[in-house]
Formats: sequence, structure tokens, C-alpha cells
Amino acid sequence: MTKPLEALAAQFPHLRELHAFTGANTTTPYLADADQRVNRKICPSLEDAVRRSGLKDGMTISFHHAFREGDKVINLVLEKLSAMGFRNLTLASSSLMSCNAGIIEHIKSGMITQIYTSGMRGKLAEAISRGLMERPIQVHSHGGRVHLIQSGEIRIDVAFLGVPCCDSFGNANGTSGKSRCGSLGYAQVDAQHARNVVMLTEEIVPYPNTPVSISQDQVDYIVQVDEVGDPSKISVGATRMTSNPRELMIAKRAVDVIENSGYFEEGFSLQTGSGGAATAVTRFIEDRMRRKGIKASFALGGITGPIIDLHEKGLIGTLIDTQDFDAVAAASLAKNPNHIEVSTNEYANPSAKGASVDQLDIVILSALEIDLEFNVNVITGSDGVMRGASGGHSDTAAAANVVVVTAPLIRSRIPTVVRRATTIVTPGESIDVLVTDHGIAVNPRRKELTERLIAAGLPIVSIEKLYDQAMALSGEPQPLEFHDRIVGVIRYRDGSVIDVVRQIKE
Amino acid sequence: MKIIKAAVAGTLESSDLMVKVSPSSGGLEVVVNSEVMRQFGRQIRKVVDETLKKLEVTDGTIVIEDKGALDCAIRARLQAAVLRGAEVEELNWSQLS
Amino acid sequence: MKKLRRSMLFLPGSNAAMLSTAFVYKPDSIMFDLEDAVSLREKDSARILVYHAIQNPAYRDIEKVVRINALSTPFGLKDLEAAVRARADVIRLPKTDSANDIHELEEHVVRIEKACGRPVGETGLMAAVESASGVVNAVSIAQSSPRLIGIALAAFDYVMDMQTERGDGTELFYARCAVLHAARVARIDAFDAVFSDVNDEEGFLREVELIRKLGYNGKSLINPRQIELLHNAYAPTREEVEYAERVVVAAEEGEKAGLGVISLNGKMIDGPIIDHARSVITRARASGIRQ
Repeated sequence: MTKPLEALAAQFPHLRELHAFTGANTTTPYLADADQRVNRKICPSLEDAVRRSGLKDGMTISFHHAFREGDKVINLVLEKLSAMGFRNLTLASSSLMSCNAGIIEHIKSGMITQIYTSGMRGKLAEAISRGLMERPIQVHSHGGRVHLIQSGEIRIDVAFLGVPCCDSFGNANGTSGKSRCGSLGYAQVDAQHARNVVMLTEEIVPYPNTPVSISQDQVDYIVQVDEVGDPSKISVGATRMTSNPRELMIAKRAVDVIENSGYFEEGFSLQTGSGGAATAVTRFIEDRMRRKGIKASFALGGITGPIIDLHEKGLIGTLIDTQDFDAVAAASLAKNPNHIEVSTNEYANPSAKGASVDQLDIVILSALEIDLEFNVNVITGSDGVMRGASGGHSDTAAAANVVVVTAPLIRSRIPTVVRRATTIVTPGESIDVLVTDHGIAVNPRRKELTERLIAAGLPIVSIEKLYDQAMALSGEPQPLEFHDRIVGVIRYRDGSVIDVVRQIKE
Repeated sequence: MKIIKAAVAGTLESSDLMVKVSPSSGGLEVVVNSEVMRQFGRQIRKVVDETLKKLEVTDGTIVIEDKGALDCAIRARLQAAVLRGAEVEELNWSQLS
Repeated sequence: MKKLRRSMLFLPGSNAAMLSTAFVYKPDSIMFDLEDAVSLREKDSARILVYHAIQNPAYRDIEKVVRINALSTPFGLKDLEAAVRARADVIRLPKTDSANDIHELEEHVVRIEKACGRPVGETGLMAAVESASGVVNAVSIAQSSPRLIGIALAAFDYVMDMQTERGDGTELFYARCAVLHAARVARIDAFDAVFSDVNDEEGFLREVELIRKLGYNGKSLINPRQIELLHNAYAPTREEVEYAERVVVAAEEGEKAGLGVISLNGKMIDGPIIDHARSVITRARASGIRQ
């Protein structure tokens, strides 16, 4: 009997290249085995998963930071890779925390030779700022990271993604299980673009695990571990409103600015971020919304308990969530239908076809330094150490209608308003208003906004006047001294180099 | 003014400073440790030197732990420590300006 | 224009951080406390801290009050020297029981003003009444010196002297009225006592409403958060402001036209009504319309 392919090829020669059927499970041999069929991704150990991933020296590995200071994955995986003898790896974690100080040893040993991150803290930050690495660290924004991945500069070979639970195929979310982090917005990007995904999970639950934040089609290997995060450290401290009178005053002034910005109308949108002052802003905004009888269409970004509170009171329509800062927010993602998870791509990637930041009306941001041109530094501390994070700062600032930076004029004698920012992360052209405890400065580019705020009776002063006040109080600081050697590169959200950080002089 | 006994003034709270003075016969030794050493070390030293000069302190060991205090707090705490160390009860106010 | 004294923010004189930053809250007056807020061991250090702080240009535009220790303590006179020499605007004398206490204080102030070259008479005084005697002598205290800018009721020691406790205000019933009347007789300001539960916003506002209606000029505050709440409670309503503006306009037009008697809507408006209208407008300028 003529085989079907032979017959086909005889009639249609151009179809000769098709394959002939050889068996039901030729390409899916695991389906013939009852265990392999569903458990083939599950590795008995992390070491096994690493081998199967094909990780080699010189490759790029990635992590997400949804567990923040409670993260256990990064340290666990790096220890294992070190024991396995890997070298010359590029580490591309969405961000790094003070709990990741162990990375110092891996840099010293030569295992990690290049780092991409949104920020870092603690001993790692100090060591790198003092010149620990041969190559400068690449600091990007949240949206900028996605752009670097999509443009090919960051080629993730193996992504190690920690989740509280997944099924045997890797369908995972951050809202069930023990170490609930809520939105897996950062991890979703890695899951989409990495060549191999190793999922580390605390629990393997029955198939199918829903909701699906990271899908079975994105996951290659699964390893069960004791802990991916410490639930007590996942929450970012301040969900209780600050009682610090200075923070409260600044928050109230920021809300005065928002109320009179011209964008405080029915259906406005808002991003507040986290921290004590942000919580206060959220509470004060509630009063003004009620007084004016308006509701917000959406809140964006890192979501906190107070934002959930407004949402559940019916004052915010939708929550577009890329990161949950506390347990209340994580729980809300699980239960509130209009609380939706988005990947960092849809959140802030400048080369996405549409990023939610583009739709944002009002954003509240912080600053370590802001200079006379309104350029903002959120990464280099007063001692020159890269102890902060670029985060969503430049992404939201570039896009939002009103960008409000809040900061005390002086922090422990260190002025916030400076002549020239030590490191520029967000350019002044993106910043509209600076709210301090000594007064409010508006970017001269925003003439109508200035007029509106003055007409509302707010204490508007020039940024030069704020600078003079700071100098009068604290005295003129000696400038920080740096070596020539560059230890950090600040990448703007489009991948361009906006500034560099040099090694501090001891 | 002569420092005749060890004395302390101030606190280690943010924006304050702790000043420890003790007697010595071999001139002045001033040690400044500050949270903001890089930016204001020079300025702090200047204020300390001026203040000691006005109080006519020529011998003693002065140790300062600064937590980002402004100049007027530095002056005040140093003066308080010196006065305590010198056991001076009646102030000559012109020395404190 | 009469000085507004709605809010008097208490600052412990030993707290360097607070002394460095409190001016940003813009209360009407700041009271630098060398008395109850400062421990015995720290009296000397706090005195010097306050001496320097109030000379800082940052405090130039805020009324500076210094609460010295009682003159019967080893600290009071030294505090007074520091405060007068540093050019404090007002000295607050705690535990003022009689007019003699003020006379004694005033003698020392004159002596120090002369010694340091400050214009004699420039330093203002404030009497704090903290006992049954003080309350009963309030009128003579309030009239005891032209330097007195105000008389304050301090509740903590007073209720102990009265053998009761701080509560819903019943315990201050008579004292509040007595001190207020004394102030009005002497034509000086009256200040109510501290509300110490910083977290009880509603309780604070209730107390403020009471003393405002009684006629108190202002209140002592222990936390900057209370300043705005107080200023808002003292702010006139929109209706009050609009009416006041009409009164002032009518008065000015009447004056221009050389009228002896001015009327608005058929009612005669005279001096006190016009003065009141002007003070309403001043308060509105200071803290806006009541929200």
C-alpha cells in the first residue's frame, strides 16, 4: 500500500518536505508514561533543574523582586549556582534588596560579572559603589527593563521565578499559598521572554491552578522549595498612616496641589506609591474626593492597603496592579474583580503598544535630591552610595499629566534641593511640582499650573528660594568626592544613558 | 574657661549631637564623628573651634557624636558640655553668642 | 493690625530636632518650654539650646514665647536672663498666683533689658494660672502690668490643686470663665489649656469649639497636627466673611461721605461692629474660609 505522504508527494511535489506519521507519541513520548505525562517538568532538586535548563558560564539569569526584603529565591539559587561552579554570569533581577548582600561573595568569586537591576540596598549597594565590580552596574527603570529585554540587550537564558504555588505544569499566581506576594507583574515579563524558566514553588497544587498569572506554556522546569519568601518581610512597612507631623503636612500640601491641578475631576487616575507619606496622601485625597463628589477611574502601580480601602469604598473604579506592597493588597487581587494584575510591560514599557502610565493623570513621587532644573535623583544617597531604586519613577514622570514630587527640604542636615543632582534618574522636564515642608515649587515650564496653584492660595515659591532656605538652615555642604572610575550606568527608560555614577572616594 | 571634670551634653537623636568633654593638660584635642561628615565635617569643625575659642578653652579633650544637628544646636550642646565640665554657674553671655 | 494668637505650639526646649524644624508649621506663636518639658538635669543645656534657637533667622517672623521656670526655683532667673537676652517676644511665667508674681518678674526683666541693651519695655509677659489662687486672683494678675499680652489657663497643675482630674471640661468650668473675664477686663488675650490626647481629633475639636464660642483668643498646642485643625475651627464661615466685607465697605463709604451714622440693611453699625468685621476678615486672610 502506498504510504499517504508518498501519495501526496507524488501529486504535489512541493509537499514532499512534510513528515510522515510515525506514531501517536513520537514527538510527545512522555505522554506514554503515566507519571511523565503530567510531572515531567518537576525536578527532584534545584541542581537538577539547573542542569536541565542548560545554563552555561557566561549566560544571563533573572529573578523578580515581588517578595522584596522577604525574598528567599535569589540567595538560594545563587548559592546553588556557586556550588555548581558557574562563572561569568550576568544577573538581571528586576531589583535587589538589602537581604541580597550575599551577592558580594558571588561577585568576588567571579560567578557574577555583570548586573542589571532597578536598584539595590544595604551592603551590596555599598560594595558596588566602592568599586567591587569590574563592569559598571546597569540601573534601569521598571518599564526600561522590559525595553532592554525586548530590544535584546538583556537576553535572559534562565529565569528563576519564585511563586507561592503552581500546578505540575507551572500555572502560577501570587495570590494563593503561604508566601503571598500578590501581583507577579515583574515575573510575567521574564516568563514571557526567557529562553528557559525554572519555577521555584512552595506548593504544587492540583491542576489546573487558577488564576493564571504565569502560564504553563511559559514554564520549563519546576522545583519545590521550602520557602520562596518570608511572609513577615514581604510587606513594605508603612500601611499605617504616618503620625510624623512633617510628613502629614507635606502630604496635605501635595493633596492641595492635586485638588487644584486642573486634573482633579470625575474619572481621574492616580498613582501614589508606598511609604508613610503616600498613605497619608491617600487618606487626605479621600476627603477631597468626597467633598467634590468625584470618583477615580483607576489607581496604578504598586498597590497598598489604603488604596484597596478607597477601591472597596467605591471611590476608585479599577486597580491596575504591577506590585502589591502588603497583605491587604495581595488579598484584594484575589477577590476583587476590578483589581487586575498587569505585567511591567503593560504597566510602563515605553516600547509597548500602550502602557498604563500613558493614561495616568496624577503621580506622587519621592526624591533623594532635586536640583534647580528639577532633575531628580532617587538612587545615590547623600554619601554617594547607590542605595535607592530607579523603579517606576522616570516611567510615570514621563507620562503622567501632573507629576508631584514630595520631600522634606532637609533630611538630617542634608538638603534635598541642590544646585545639581548628584545623579540624574528622571529629567527635570518630566517633573511638574515639588512639595516640601517649606513651600511648593512649580516647574517654570508649567505656567498654567503655576497660575492655578497661586490662585488657590498655595505657598508657591521658586525652587531657587527653596534652595536658598536650605542653604541658610544647613549651611553649604562640601561636594561629595568621587574617583573617575564609573561604577554605575543610569539607563533612561528608552535604554539611553542619562547619567553615570562614579566610585566614591573614601 | 577651664575644664576640670568630665561632662556630657546632648543626645544621639536625629538632628542632635552628643558632646563629651574631659580635662587634659596638653592643649586641645577635638574629635568629630558625624553622620554628615563628608558634607559638613569642615563646617562642624569650624563651629566647634569658634565656640571653644569664645569660651577661652585651651585644654581638654572634646569628642562629638553628631547626628545631623544644625550649627545652633552644635554651639548650644558644646557650650553646655563645657560649662558643665568647667562647673561654671554664672554665665558670661557675651561668650555664648 | 492686632496680633493673631490662635495657636501657641509648645516645644520642649531640650529637643534639638524640634527646635530645628518647628517654624515650618507656622503657628501664630511658638512657646519654647524650659519648665515642665525639661528634666532637672537638662535645664542648663535646654536653656542654651533655646537661647540659640530663638536667635535663628528661621524664627524671625514667628512670635517667640519662652516659658521659664518659676523664679522660686534655681533655674528661673537664669532662664529669664537667657530669654530676654535672646530677644524672646514674650516671657511666660508659670504658676502665677498673684499680681506680685508679675511685679517681681517685671523688675527682673527691666534689670536684664538694661544690662543687655534691649529697649526697656520691649519684652512682653504672659501669666499662666495653674492653681485655685491664680484663678481667684486672675483679674488683678491680668491688670498687673502693661507688658502683659495675655493670661493663660494651664490645666494640669490646676486640676491637681482642685483635687480633681482632667476630663470632659467640667473640671475647668469656673476657671475657664474666670480667666477669660480677667483677660477681657484687662483687654489682653485669653489662652486655653493644652489638649493632650493627640489622637483624639474629635475631642480636640469639641474643646476648641467650646473655647472659641466662649471667646478665647487661642489655645496651647502640643502637636503640629493640631495647628491646622485649630486654625480651621477659628476660620470664619463664608457667610460671616461676606457679611463682614459688606460691613467694612459700608463703613468706608460712610466715612468717605462724611456720615456720622453708618447703616447696613437698615441696621446701625457702630465702632465695635466694624472692628469685629475687620477681625473676621483678618482671620479669613490668615486661615481661609472654614471647611
